[in-house]
Amino acid sequence: MQEKSNYDRRGFLLGSTALAGATAAGTLLPAGPAAAQQGKIKVGFMLPYTGTFAQLGVAITNGFKLAVDERGGKLGGREIEYFTVDDESNPAKAPENVNKLVQRDKVDVVVGTVHSGVAMGMAKVVRESGTLWINPNAGAADVTGPLCAPNIFRTSFSNWQTTYALGKVLKSRGIKTAVFITWKYAAGEEAMGGFKEGFEAEGGKMLKELYLPFPQVEFQALLTEIASIKPDAVACFFAGGGAAKFLKDYQAAGLKGKIPLYGSGFLTDGVLDAVGDAAEGVETTLHYADGLDTKKDKAFRLAYAKTFKLQPDVYAVQGYDAGQLLAAGLDAVKGNVADKPGMIKAMEAAKIDSPRGPWTLSKSHNPVQDMYLRKVVGKENKSMGVAWKALADPARGCKA
Amino acid sequence: MDFAFFLIQLLNGLQYGLLLFLVASGLTLVFGIMGIINLAHGSFYMVGAYLAWSLSSMTGSLTAAILLAIPLTVILGMALERLLFRHLYQRDHLYQVLLTYGLILVFEELRSLIWGDDVHGVAVPALLNASIPLTDNLSYPVYRLAISGVCLLLAAALYFLIQKTRLGMMIRAGASNRDMVQSLGIDIKLIYTLVFAMGIALAAFAGMINAPLSSVFPNMGSQVLIICFVVVVIGGIGSVKGAMAASLMIGLAETFGQVLVPEVAGMIVYVLMAVVLVWRPQGLFGKA
Amino acid sequence: MNSRLTQLLPWVVVGVLALFPLVDSPFYIQLMTKVLIMAIFAMSLDLLVGYTGLVSFGHAAYFGLAGYALALMTPKYEAVSLWWSLPAAIGVCALFALITGLLVLRTRGIYFIMVTLAFAQMLFFVFHDTKLGGGSDGAYIYVKPAMKLGGFELVNLEKADQFYWLALVLMAATYLLLHRVLGSSFGRALVGIKVNEHRMRALGFPVFRYQLASFTLSGSLAGIAGYLAAVQYGFVNPEILSWHQSGAVLMIVILGGMGTLYGSVIGAFAFVILQEVLSNQAWFGIAAKHWQLAMGIFIMLVALYLPQGLAGLARNFRSKPVAEAGDE
Repeated sequence: MQEKSNYDRRGFLLGSTALAGATAAGTLLPAGPAAAQQGKIKVGFMLPYTGTFAQLGVAITNGFKLAVDERGGKLGGREIEYFTVDDESNPAKAPENVNKLVQRDKVDVVVGTVHSGVAMGMAKVVRESGTLWINPNAGAADVTGPLCAPNIFRTSFSNWQTTYALGKVLKSRGIKTAVFITWKYAAGEEAMGGFKEGFEAEGGKMLKELYLPFPQVEFQALLTEIASIKPDAVACFFAGGGAAKFLKDYQAAGLKGKIPLYGSGFLTDGVLDAVGDAAEGVETTLHYADGLDTKKDKAFRLAYAKTFKLQPDVYAVQGYDAGQLLAAGLDAVKGNVADKPGMIKAMEAAKIDSPRGPWTLSKSHNPVQDMYLRKVVGKENKSMGVAWKALADPARGCKA
Repeated sequence: MDFAFFLIQLLNGLQYGLLLFLVASGLTLVFGIMGIINLAHGSFYMVGAYLAWSLSSMTGSLTAAILLAIPLTVILGMALERLLFRHLYQRDHLYQVLLTYGLILVFEELRSLIWGDDVHGVAVPALLNASIPLTDNLSYPVYRLAISGVCLLLAAALYFLIQKTRLGMMIRAGASNRDMVQSLGIDIKLIYTLVFAMGIALAAFAGMINAPLSSVFPNMGSQVLIICFVVVVIGGIGSVKGAMAASLMIGLAETFGQVLVPEVAGMIVYVLMAVVLVWRPQGLFGKA
Repeated sequence: MNSRLTQLLPWVVVGVLALFPLVDSPFYIQLMTKVLIMAIFAMSLDLLVGYTGLVSFGHAAYFGLAGYALALMTPKYEAVSLWWSLPAAIGVCALFALITGLLVLRTRGIYFIMVTLAFAQMLFFVFHDTKLGGGSDGAYIYVKPAMKLGGFELVNLEKADQFYWLALVLMAATYLLLHRVLGSSFGRALVGIKVNEHRMRALGFPVFRYQLASFTLSGSLAGIAGYLAAVQYGFVNPEILSWHQSGAVLMIVILGGMGTLYGSVIGAFAFVILQEVLSNQAWFGIAAKHWQLAMGIFIMLVALYLPQGLAGLARNFRSKPVAEAGDE
């Protein structure tokens, strides 16, 4: 705990110098700290708006704004002012980019991001500055593991969560052996770890872990390898363009009818239009699904479609919940962002009424949530029920 | 690995190699013959793929889309040569690196503005949408084999064009001595415009016929860019033969690398390149 | 031209820059620190590109390597001493540059560009695919290096202004060192090799050894920049070795003006600030989403119309005859 208190002190010191700066500036500018009390709450989005993940950044932003708009554009009685930084999904620039929000724009809360490497850079900065951070996507284990901190929250998932429940599903299908295939990078390895743990706990046997250099999409060699190993099932972690290609190649190699394919839900999210029937029948686990048929989900989908002329996806839900979580914190302190401990306490205790179903936060500030088993039917990831009720990330290394 | 699977991996490697040749062939021309470093090569590949997607969803046929898209990309190539690249022939490679680095950013943003950031699929033409069974659980898609065929044809056509035709002779002469060719009354400017446009069209064509396999997605160009350079450099600049040999080498190295030494699979290509260049600094088939 | 004034000018600039922390905004001090770091990085590359005539497209390798070296040398909860960790990081870069230099200097022109890229890519995958430096998630430097002199804390790197001054001193030192080197007979020989390699060889110069020395020095100086960059944010990620980073620093060198050391400083300033301005959503609103379009167009315009860079622009403005590269 030694190093922990060290950080807290540093955070406090930084905070107080910032305050001193603001007071000094108050003599020049009309907006001193007292005025800020009645002013707008500053929310900083650090999300990808260019490049491969641009779509996800937009969905998260939209979802968040929808949550705020539903509350009349105010949280805790105060209006919201948005600041935006394009993180380009570039980890090399991550600390610098988050500083634009934390130091330049002096936001009250940072919301971001998609890319795990970028999130790691953000974690470094907000741990030192003490700024409230709500992570609406990046599933890096470390963020709510060794790096967990009172001011760090996540409203999405950990990579581990997205594959752990598969073990139970496979067991119920009578599957005894499996191969896992993914890209060689942190998210892939963590998803692999989750699967392995869940599958072996159910008595399953991992025959091989197959890795492809990131972000290569030439799967043929490893598909041949799979055919020669002949496992009962294949599980995987891929997303985006790579996922679309993997699904198509899996089918084209003739494996689809012979060895059932499972995966984390990102395999079949946002790519169903692109892959035709190659994904039909593929089963995945994720914290959101089509056809949940709850009142909350229906209302959310309708409102989102009406406001943005787009269909919502899991990323929009995560953004929406980030807004809801912040609302819970701000309502509790009546918009007084200076009362950070009060906000954090309220957020920790919040029960989020999400389109994905209600969820709460674990001690490490990661959602404890139901994982759905989904099956691709036509252009939908149809919910087949809950694969694991209230699944919590093990949060290894979190000493909070 | 038993022998049957060894043979299949061999096929995978060769097939991937041919695919690499297809993507890199346009670069061999522009890079090799004109001496232009074109970092935006991957962007033209992407443009081709997106054209194939948008035109095939309009016309309902990939063949029609390709037939429509090729003239478009030729025009694009000619326009870019006239407006931009022409000014850089006499300058250091450095400026070409810079110009085309800027082009990458421009094309990526234009793509986002015109076509959005979604992942799209392109259907395999019905005629080729079949698989040939290889083992009890593995089969080989006919479309992949068809692409391999196209690659071989293309390689032969390129070789013939450059080595055996009058145009090819002028191109080669222009590559080695611009001024002399000019003084012989040959319109070297026009030849350069044509070669450049051909290079662009080839990159785009690769994107088009690869689209059903790879899907169409943002940043797809930057994934193929570096590997294309490796192909051309290992093969030796300006050599179609070399590009073919290098493509096959890389295809095999990557395929077997992933299976046999997965820990270092990402590095293999670059190690291969370094080894070749230390051994033969001008590439396998390059002139010293 | 008043040569006394030209000699004094760099010192005036450094003096003015030293006052910058008076703005009292940690953010802008950090931004300017980044400019200084990129200036060191760009000057190191200019030695190769502008003076030795070797276009390296893999210079980020040395920048990133130094950052990773620091991350690996720093114990988890303790500060490492700057006095030995900085030289050690530079040493690692020098060694790597020496080894790669032995190989890449066998090639010329386009091949040289591509082989330097290949070596950088190799290193990228070493850090991306292995657990050595935390894989694709990167690694943290929890505690910044300490600069103590007999128990007394000389510079506190945690403080934005003090770190800024350290970066400024190192930038000035890099400039001075390169200025000295380029003014020596060694430097004149390098420029001679750039202009006509064959003639220099015929004159009996050990061309290869000169180039190797230049390549090694260049890689070492890039190491200083990489070390500082890693200290600044306490975070390293494979992306700092990517070819985009190599491209960005090349861009800075050309934008500033090749073969003029001060051009690299101007280029770093212009490049960093331009990125900052174009992506500023407060100023450009929704258009900021496509800021890279403007950046791309700008880069193309520089390539087409500003081959001598901003330094060249300044020279033309003073209507002085264009100086031979290296003739400062």
